[in-house]
Amino acid sequence: MTQYLAKKAAILIGSLFLVTTLTFFLMHSIPGDPFVQDKAIPEEILKALHKHYGLDQPLYIQYGKYLDGVLHFELGPSFKYEGRTVNEIIADGFPVSFYLGMEALIIAVFGGIVLGSIAALNHMRWQDHMTMIIAVIGISVPSFILATFLQYLLAMKLDLLPVARWGTFSQTIMPAISLAALPMAFIARLTRANMVEVMQQDYIQTAKSKGLNSFQIVVRHAIRNALMPVVTYLGPLTAAVMTGSFAIEKIFGIPGLGQWFVTSITNRDYTVIMGTTIFYSAILMLCVFIVDLLYCLIDPRIQLKQEIDGR
Amino acid sequence: MTKKLLDVRGLNVKFLTQGKSLHAVRGIDFSIFEGETLGIVGESGCGKSATAKALVQLNPRYSSELSGEILYQGNNLLTYSEKKMQLIRGKEIGMIFQDPMTSLNPTIKIGHQIMEGYLRHYPNASRKVARQIALETLEKVGISHPEERFESYPHTFSGGMRQRAMIALALACKPHILLADEPTTALDVTIQAQILDLLKQIQKETKTSILLITHDLSVVAKMCDRVIIMYAGKIAEQGNVDDIFEAPQHPYTQRLLLSIPRLNQSKNEPLFTIEGTPPNLSYPLAGCAFCARCHHAMRICANHQPPLFETRPNHFTACFNHDPRLKND
Amino acid sequence: MEDKTYLFSPLSQAEKEAAFEHTAYAPQVSYWKDAWVRLKQNKPALFGLTTLILLIFMAIIGPFLSQYTYYETHLSLKNDPPSSAFWFGTDELGRDLFTRCWWGARISLFVGISASLIDLVIGVFFGAVAGLLGGKIEEWMMRFADVLYAIPYLLVVILLMVVIGSGILTIILALTITGWINMARIVRSQILQIKQQDYVRAAFALGASRRRVLLQHLIPNAMGPIIVTLTLTIPSAIFAEAFLSFLGLGVQAPIASWGTMANDGLPALRYYPWRLFFPATFISLTMLSFNLLGDGLRDAFDPRLKK
Repeated sequence: MTQYLAKKAAILIGSLFLVTTLTFFLMHSIPGDPFVQDKAIPEEILKALHKHYGLDQPLYIQYGKYLDGVLHFELGPSFKYEGRTVNEIIADGFPVSFYLGMEALIIAVFGGIVLGSIAALNHMRWQDHMTMIIAVIGISVPSFILATFLQYLLAMKLDLLPVARWGTFSQTIMPAISLAALPMAFIARLTRANMVEVMQQDYIQTAKSKGLNSFQIVVRHAIRNALMPVVTYLGPLTAAVMTGSFAIEKIFGIPGLGQWFVTSITNRDYTVIMGTTIFYSAILMLCVFIVDLLYCLIDPRIQLKQEIDGR
Repeated sequence: MTKKLLDVRGLNVKFLTQGKSLHAVRGIDFSIFEGETLGIVGESGCGKSATAKALVQLNPRYSSELSGEILYQGNNLLTYSEKKMQLIRGKEIGMIFQDPMTSLNPTIKIGHQIMEGYLRHYPNASRKVARQIALETLEKVGISHPEERFESYPHTFSGGMRQRAMIALALACKPHILLADEPTTALDVTIQAQILDLLKQIQKETKTSILLITHDLSVVAKMCDRVIIMYAGKIAEQGNVDDIFEAPQHPYTQRLLLSIPRLNQSKNEPLFTIEGTPPNLSYPLAGCAFCARCHHAMRICANHQPPLFETRPNHFTACFNHDPRLKND
Repeated sequence: MEDKTYLFSPLSQAEKEAAFEHTAYAPQVSYWKDAWVRLKQNKPALFGLTTLILLIFMAIIGPFLSQYTYYETHLSLKNDPPSSAFWFGTDELGRDLFTRCWWGARISLFVGISASLIDLVIGVFFGAVAGLLGGKIEEWMMRFADVLYAIPYLLVVILLMVVIGSGILTIILALTITGWINMARIVRSQILQIKQQDYVRAAFALGASRRRVLLQHLIPNAMGPIIVTLTLTIPSAIFAEAFLSFLGLGVQAPIASWGTMANDGLPALRYYPWRLFFPATFISLTMLSFNLLGDGLRDAFDPRLKK
């Protein structure tokens, strides 16, 4: 088991390093100057600005300094917002995004598992078809389109929910649902497919032959084995929620990290773009790693398989 | 006179797939007596597994159609609802399956899987008692160090041990009848013998009746008291094992016995096979199912289903060649 | 009562065959034909397929149907709702939304399909080589893919777009940088499975070169999952393009894709909803159709579902 985790940790560190390097060199390969966008700035001030931000140094030194900063969780100052550091911006925006993300996650996981189970246990009957139609719409309609649709219908036309902004619980409903739709649909389909497969397994037949009733069979034998693959989806799920939040926060005017990220893209605020990208990547990879860890603990077969494969 | 435990009359099983109806078991009658081992033998697709499952309604729920009578303790089991059936399964009639690797839940410890069945039927029992029963059963099936094995997962067991564990699981509630669906097919030959010996031993001790489903005639010879030969959903021949092996009456049985490879066969002799294939049971059959492959087929065979004729005491054959009308000449 | 002698007389071989020929098992159907039959029975998949054909058809001829071009402005008629003059209404510069929608269709579909096709080529090549060669080479190739895969896909795409600047080719490039990994994994696992089949071993034993075995046996037999994956990659490419456009990284005006049109329509949602409604519906409908078709193909090719 430790070998398995060590391998996953190595991939994590390698990818993070790759992202940092990639991000750094990409940002620095943009032609032009980060300061010369809005208005004409006199030569000396430009030079002073460059010196102040360390941009006059050779590239590899800048890179080294940046790496050093990342390792110490210092992501530098914002070029656009005087006096604000990237760290501050992240600290401001992340809690909001995190809250929204968690809400969406909870909706997605519970909603998805329930929907998927209903479908599987009524295989090929109307409940199955109904839920799966909802699911395929869920994965096909992009989250930002669903968001605008909900906003238009429920807020602008019917006035049931607040249109935008953040602060009250009712303001979280539409954004969370929009974010949750895709992962929920995915989880529903995955749960259903796994459940159907599990219910056809021989050990379910054995359980039945012992006289167990449907509840005991589903809860004690089926659900656990069907849900294990769903755990592995939690990594990509985090990614979906995270990237989805960029657009959702923009639509609903939510002051989360996603909005900052989008704004910094439009503004070409390079340090914020870099810092946020690295931060997001780190969070995502950490989530994937935690999921791998969880999966290892839940499935007793993994340990044996790793020993056999010599990994 | 031994007690009759189970009486099956006119059992029919149909499977509905993609608009077509497959008539897998086409009207069979048989009985199981206390303490005996009854074998059902036949090739793949003859309906033997479907028959065994029908006894406890384990066929696919929404795509199977069962009819007939299965009389147990005076009641027709086919009229039982799913809820009532659950009380029968495991407690009155237990079942073991072909592949012990896939038939045991890989993520639950063996001991718990055995306890589960017991607690289902004796919900007032304490977990301690259930655990004790599970340990005793594990020991009875020949698994050494039962306390350690109790806490193990199925994938840590060898094939033979897994099958023993499954037998333990099925016997936990001491059922009167044990349905064994090809219990040794997935095992090595040496392990096969051990498992069969174990079953015989258990039967001696507990007087459990065993319905043994197999395609292997040597298993039948070793284990069974009586045997039913099934072909294409119907009983071709039925009787005591000795009688059938000594004097097979049905052309199918005769050719089955001929097809067992013999050690004293010459190397250059081709292996004996029965030419042709069983009929497709999605289509109705007018005559005897074996007719197209039978060397003794007569005109009547093509259009009429042969009933079971008692050719010798307690030895029945469904073949017009043994029709008493033929004897009148 | 039939004559006993007749009833009990032997049956000849010819008579047997005549009586029982209808009970023989149905002849084997080819893999592709069987899949096609199964696909045809899948109503949602057929809906997806026909919708796609219609959408592609309209993408081709749509712009010719109206009298306007996608870039002419009619400033006095801006933000008009759908009418007989402008079937989908007009945008903030008075451009005909109907024409622009079908131009957008061309762009979005082109980007989605070409990015997926490039992913297909790279992925099949990579996965096939990895699966076929095995050993250390395969190990390092897949580790490389694993590390690359762990990087958040859209983040990288966004970064690239910021650096390279937007435009159709750059979007396609950005989408294909990491999009091929999924296809590569699927191809590799298929190859590994097929490699173990006896007919492949036989081919090697007869002296076939690796290239020949790859082209003649491995890839054709992996086509099923490859086609399914391709069909399901396209909607995610279309989504990615729409998403990028929504963030302001899409194609430049006056060219429009559905994504940029949706982005333009967002601020006007309350008062001129049709500007967002039409591109949004088409994006969703296209993705839905591809997903339904992909699901249907997956079920049609699944060997486990064979009778």
